[in-house]
Amino acid sequence: MDPYLLRKLNTERAARRAVIHLTDLGDGRDRVVREGDPVAGPLGAAVESAFRSGKSAIVAAEDRNFFLNVHLPPARIVVIGAVHISQALAQMAKVAGFDITIIDPRTAFATEERFADVDLVADWPEDVLPARPLDAYTALVAVTHDPKIDDFPLSQALSTGCFYIGALGSRKTHARRVERLKALGHSDSEIATISAPIGLDIGAASPAEIAVAILADIVAHLRRRPLLGAVS
Amino acid sequence: MDANDAHDPLTIAERWMDDGRMVALATVVETWGSAPRPVGSHLVIDGEGNFHGSVSGGCVEGAVIGEAMEVIGNGEPRLLEFGVADETAWRVGLSCGGRIRVYVERVG
Repeated sequence: MDPYLLRKLNTERAARRAVIHLTDLGDGRDRVVREGDPVAGPLGAAVESAFRSGKSAIVAAEDRNFFLNVHLPPARIVVIGAVHISQALAQMAKVAGFDITIIDPRTAFATEERFADVDLVADWPEDVLPARPLDAYTALVAVTHDPKIDDFPLSQALSTGCFYIGALGSRKTHARRVERLKALGHSDSEIATISAPIGLDIGAASPAEIAVAILADIVAHLRRRPLLGAVS
Repeated sequence: MDANDAHDPLTIAERWMDDGRMVALATVVETWGSAPRPVGSHLVIDGEGNFHGSVSGGCVEGAVIGEAMEVIGNGEPRLLEFGVADETAWRVGLSCGGRIRVYVERVG
């Protein structure tokens, strides 16, 4: 392995970008492929599928054996709103293997007592996100109903291409939200990627059931996400 | 593994390289049956036999480290296979009954 490649691999991983370290097991030649980099032929199809599944494996192509070591940034969930749904979602997300952060400036909601052992930040998203930016491997869940709190992170999520963006609220509430996001410069097609009403339609009624619907929606978006650079 | 984790083998490999040490990287490339570490797991080894990470949870690391020292010496990567069906099982086998293939290469 080329030392330059090792540095490149580590730089990409530390920056939370998806990469594959591709090694020809026959002659030892290797390279680092970033998500969206073009790779020709049957190997290209294998690379694409590996980025989607996150599974490392040996792939036979053009009479050679290649090892594809896939490094996907760990997927995480950022929740805006320390509400009842978030309490349930925090527990379920951990079981499903997601890191989760909850942000809410309302200190009556964002209490240690309500969110024991959860990464909780009692501050405005405007103040938190610059230091902990959203990215393509982050799901953004906005559940406060309050435009003053939800709109900024929703706009950031659209700009950074979060793999999942969900916003709680009735169709009427969402229609008004759409207008505000348009005023912030977001296109109809961007805004259409927001899951609203939030979560898979499973008829969820209680806060915990809504959390199940949201988590299932997040998993579906993660596993079926279009790849960066792919033509949609 | 998280690239920001202090125990991440690839981060350690880079640090050792910067320290001027000779470094080899062993990677699980294929598993059959109940292998203890998933495909893609790394063990990083330096020229003195120091190591970090794991490819089997302790069963075959000793043998991999020995091979890695030779790879550091001659620069030729090699593909190793371990398992109970292997004749080396008497000495270094996987007690779990699985089989693994490990690719060992020199960094640099």
